[in-house]
Amino acid sequence: MDETTPPTDDQPQELTPWDRVQLARHPQRPHTLDYIAALCEDFTELHGDRRFGDDAAIVGGLATFADRTVMLIGHQKGSDTRENVRRNFGMSHPEGYRKAQRLMRQAEKFGFPLICFVDTPAADPKKESEERGQGNAIAESILVMTTLRVPIVAAVIGEGGSGGALALSVADRILMQENAIFSVAPPEAAASILWRDSAKAPDAARALKLTAQDLYELRIIDEVVPEPDGGANESPQAAITALGARIRANLNTISQLDIPTLLRQRYQKYRSIGEYIEH
Amino acid sequence: MKEFFRRRKTSFTTGGQPESNQVPDDMWVKCSACRELVYKKELNDGLKVCPKCGHHMRMSAHEWLWLLDVGSFSETDAHLLPTDPLGFVSLDESYAEKLAKAQQRTGMPDAVIAGVGTINGGRLAMAVGDFAFMGSSMGSVYGEKMSRAAERAADLGIPLLTINTSGGARQQEGVIALMQMAKVTMALTRLAEAGQPHIALMVDPCYGGVTASYPSVADVIIAEPGANIGFAGKRLIEQIMRQKLPSGFQTAEFMLDHGMIDMVAERGQLRDIIGRLIRLYNVRPEPMEPLMASAGAYLNGRA
Ligand SMILES: [Zn+2]
Repeated sequence: MDETTPPTDDQPQELTPWDRVQLARHPQRPHTLDYIAALCEDFTELHGDRRFGDDAAIVGGLATFADRTVMLIGHQKGSDTRENVRRNFGMSHPEGYRKAQRLMRQAEKFGFPLICFVDTPAADPKKESEERGQGNAIAESILVMTTLRVPIVAAVIGEGGSGGALALSVADRILMQENAIFSVAPPEAAASILWRDSAKAPDAARALKLTAQDLYELRIIDEVVPEPDGGANESPQAAITALGARIRANLNTISQLDIPTLLRQRYQKYRSIGEYIEH
Repeated sequence: MKEFFRRRKTSFTTGGQPESNQVPDDMWVKCSACRELVYKKELNDGLKVCPKCGHHMRMSAHEWLWLLDVGSFSETDAHLLPTDPLGFVSLDESYAEKLAKAQQRTGMPDAVIAGVGTINGGRLAMAVGDFAFMGSSMGSVYGEKMSRAAERAADLGIPLLTINTSGGARQQEGVIALMQMAKVTMALTRLAEAGQPHIALMVDPCYGGVTASYPSVADVIIAEPGANIGFAGKRLIEQIMRQKLPSGFQTAEFMLDHGMIDMVAERGQLRDIIGRLIRLYNVRPEPMEPLMASAGAYLNGRA
C-alpha cells in the first residue's frame, strides 16, 4: 500500500454518485482497446476460448508495456451502437471469461505480468449464457486469479458491475479512475432488488458506496487515479496517460516481490475484506 | 377427509420454518409443488420430501444438521455478528431493522451455521446457509464463516461440505459483499493445498454471487432434485432480456444436462453419497518418503 495516492480534492464536489455513474457509462469515455493502443506497443490480440467461441465483449492479448511483455485482458464496450451490439455492451458471456482464463494461464506459463481493464455493466444475463454455465465461468476466473503466479494489476476504467467485473479484478493492486464505479450490482438492479423500483437507481447509487473515493475509504481499492476536468470523456488522452503512469508504477512495485510473498499478500488482501462484530 | 383439509387450509404453512410447538394447526403442511396436505410428522420422517410428489422442501440451516451423525456436531464461529459497514441509506427499512427481524425470525445471528461433525464416522467441516435469513444473501459474516470453515478443514486435514442456497450477494454491504466471492474462493485454495476436497451441495434456490463463486468450482457438486440453480434470475431473463424460457430451465437436472454439476441426488441418498466421498478422498497411497528412502539406499548401494 506504499504507492497509494490520497484522492485529490480539486474535483468539483457537487458530483453525486449518480453523476459519476453517468460519467462511468459515458460513450466517449476511452475503453480497453483505447488504453492498450495508446499505452502499449505491438499489441497482438489473441482470440477464443478453445471450447465454444470468441466473445467480443472481452479482449485480450500480448503487448509491450513498460519495456516488457505483458498480458492484457479487458471488457470491451463499443463507442457506437453498432459496435456495442457486436460487443454485447461489454457484457461477457461464459466464453469470454474462459478466454480470459486461458490467457491468464498463459501469462503464468511465460511469467508475463497481467493487466486487466474492468469495464462492464454486468455479466451477460441471457438464457444461452446460463446454458453454458455463466456461474461456473465467473467462479473459474476468480479461482484462477487467486493463485496466479504473476503480478496482477486491475484498473476499473468505467463500470465495474458485479460478478462480471470481479471475474477480472482479483488482483495485487486495484486502481480505479476517479469517475469509475464498482458495484455489487448495477444501481438499477440494486434498486429493483431492494425497493422493487429501478427508477430509484440514483438512491441506490448513493447507498451502495460505489464511487472510487468511497471504495478507497473502505479499503477495497488501492488507489484512485485522477481524471481530467469533466471526466475521461472530455480528454481521453490525458486520462489514458494518467492511468498508464499509475499502472506502470504499481506494476514496478509488485514486480519486485518474489512470487510466494506476492501470493501471500494477495491472500491477505482478500481474506481480510469484510466487517463483522466478533465477541 | 377432504372436508377436514378444506376447513383448516387457511392456517397451514409451508416448510422452511423451524419446529414449533405442537398445536393442531401446525400438524399439517401444504406442499408448494402438488398442493396436497401432508402430515407434518410423516414429512419430517421423510426429511421434508413430499411423500405425494417427491418435492424437496426447503430446510433451515439447523434442520440440515440431520445430515451429520447424531450428536457429532460442534458449532464454530457462532459469535460472529453482522454490522452495517456502509451505513446503508435505505428508502424503507434500515439494514439494522432487516437484520433484527431476520435474527428474531430465525434465531440466528446471520445466514450461515458452521462447525465440525461426522458422517458415518468420517470427520468433516460443514457450513450451511439458511434461506430464511435475508435470502441467505452473502455478506461479511457469510463470507467470513465460509472462509473460516475452509481454513479449519485445511488445518484439520478434513473435507469441507458446504450447503448452498442464496439469492446472491447482500446488497446492503455493497462491494464488500461482492468481494466475499473472492474471499471464500481464496480461503478454499488452502483446502486444496491441504489435499482435502470441497463438496458443495446446492439446494433450492441458489443464485447470483454464490452460484458465480465457490460452489461452482467445488471438487464435487451435488444438487437436490428440482432445485433452482442459476446465475441470473429467471425474472430478469424473461422481463428485461425478453427471452422465453423452457420448462425445467435452471433446475438441478438442467445443470446436470449442461455439465455444470456432478450429480442430482435425492435427500435420502445424501448421507451415503457424502459419507462415501469422504472415505474415497481420504484413502490414498502411502506417502512418498519410504520410496525416496529406498531410492537413496539404491543409489548409495551403487556408489
Ligand atoms: Zn408434493
